[in-house]
Amino acid sequence: MSAQQRLNASPSPARRRKSWRLGRNSVIALPYGWLLLFFILPFAFVLKISLAEADMAIPPYTALVEWLDETTLTIQLTFSKYQLLLEDGLYLSAYLNSLKIAAISTIFCLLIGFPIALFIVSRPAHARFFWLAMVMLPFWTSMLLRVYAWIGILQSNGLLNTFLMNAGIINQPLVLLHTDLAVYLGIVYSYLPFMVLPLYAALEKLDPALLEASADLGARPAVSFFTVTLPLAVPGIIAGCLLVFVPAVGEFVIPALLGAPDTLMIGRVLWDEFFANRDWPMASAVAIVMLIVLVAPVMLVRARETATRDEA
Amino acid sequence: MLRTGRFVTFMALAGLMYLYIPIFIMMVLSFNGSRLVSVWGGFSFKWYGELFSNDQLLNAAWLSIRVAGFSATLAVILGTLAGYVLTRFGPFRGRVLMAGMVAAPLVMPEVITGLSLLLLFVAMEDFIGWPQGRSITTIVISHATFCMAYVAIVVQSRLAQMDGVLEEAAQDLGARPWRAFIDVTLPMLAPALISGWLLAFTLSFDDLVISSFVSGPGSSTLPMVIFSKVRLGVSPDVNALATILIGFVGTCVFIYSWRAGRRMRMCEDA
Repeated sequence: MSAQQRLNASPSPARRRKSWRLGRNSVIALPYGWLLLFFILPFAFVLKISLAEADMAIPPYTALVEWLDETTLTIQLTFSKYQLLLEDGLYLSAYLNSLKIAAISTIFCLLIGFPIALFIVSRPAHARFFWLAMVMLPFWTSMLLRVYAWIGILQSNGLLNTFLMNAGIINQPLVLLHTDLAVYLGIVYSYLPFMVLPLYAALEKLDPALLEASADLGARPAVSFFTVTLPLAVPGIIAGCLLVFVPAVGEFVIPALLGAPDTLMIGRVLWDEFFANRDWPMASAVAIVMLIVLVAPVMLVRARETATRDEA
Repeated sequence: MLRTGRFVTFMALAGLMYLYIPIFIMMVLSFNGSRLVSVWGGFSFKWYGELFSNDQLLNAAWLSIRVAGFSATLAVILGTLAGYVLTRFGPFRGRVLMAGMVAAPLVMPEVITGLSLLLLFVAMEDFIGWPQGRSITTIVISHATFCMAYVAIVVQSRLAQMDGVLEEAAQDLGARPWRAFIDVTLPMLAPALISGWLLAFTLSFDDLVISSFVSGPGSSTLPMVIFSKVRLGVSPDVNALATILIGFVGTCVFIYSWRAGRRMRMCEDA
């Protein structure tokens, strides 16, 4: 059937527009509905259960809304979990410690990742795939296994201690595993690819002519770096820092495997409240507060982005 | 081409060594005959033998492969629609919310995603009686939800590179929108769909935290089994498993990048 015939055979424009609208809306509705149901709605339940009490039942929390008899409906909300969050110093220090660990790790990711991204951009185009693959490969392999690899290196009879003792640098094995240092090493190590990729994407767009112009005008390489390269990489830096910082705050696996038993990180506190104490309402309250702490910086960045886009 | 100094090269290579030395050490240790990390007990395949006789690990691996396959397929369908709607549909009501919902899972801490989905499943079972308990179904739904965000990003960036001219041409020639999508857009999107599927598969295959929340008794995925093993310290058969997985992924990634680089060089020469 030729296109002309097909056009002639098609229904009237009005009906066609109507069916087009319907089709368009259903294409939007499928992913939209899925995300509303499985991404947004769950937060409502976290909020709801954070206002309940823990109970020896299945599921282990009290009902918020209950029919006392045929005519009386009671609603019981308790803010005791939030009160406990504020009063018990453990939770507060876990939040602060997570923010600190995530912030310092993000800075180190940036310091280590920036030269890698610059280096890849400075390669000829056909070689960039190889170097990008070198950075991507760890991203494609199990994070759990890569974190686990550090246990063998850092433990007291591990490779690093054996090496240092054989080299005569130390006499006694150092305590490296189950320390904060190990947590930093693990987080920077695991999240480095998430920093390099957005940096690479930003630097790739940088026009080398700008740096040549800057050099022609007498700027030393360091000056060019701070006045040309760095400002143009800002979108990549922001994206990379968000991709590292936000998940690192809630990180569970790395502090659980490499951290000390008293390395307080909020992701681990949530996990223990849920799995060890079976206190679902407390775990939910911890999650809600973490969400508020984390959503604020993301919203700020987004607002900034839209503002700069509107200016442009 | 950007020029960089020796300092940048040195720092970059040091950074890459930081990424690779632990992986390399783990691979070497998988052939170590001794159980101790610091003692070389001769070259041996014995941990590989132990790995392939460990039914618990093998069953978990098979479960993880099935979960990852289903999740990745579902994630590609949903993620492609989401990416397509966001790049090609222009403004519609709720577009900002949708863009936010697609981007947010990328940074959402896994403990929050896991807990919230579990609470949803518990509430849904209470209200409508589905899903009954936690099983492979709940893991697949959860994984598909966070993986579709990654697929949507891959699809969005691919669609942004191709302009809509060919799709418009198809529609001008009388193709209905869905015909144009299937005959024109999908074939051009194919590379992005394949890499999106592989990415989703990998992410699902690796996930520990979300699976721990939403899986039921008897549905322990591979990362869950590995985690409970390595919590107690180094376990040589896990080294062997890691070597197999990394070796497989590494070969695929390098074949891909080598071919892409060669194609690129041919373009440069031409």
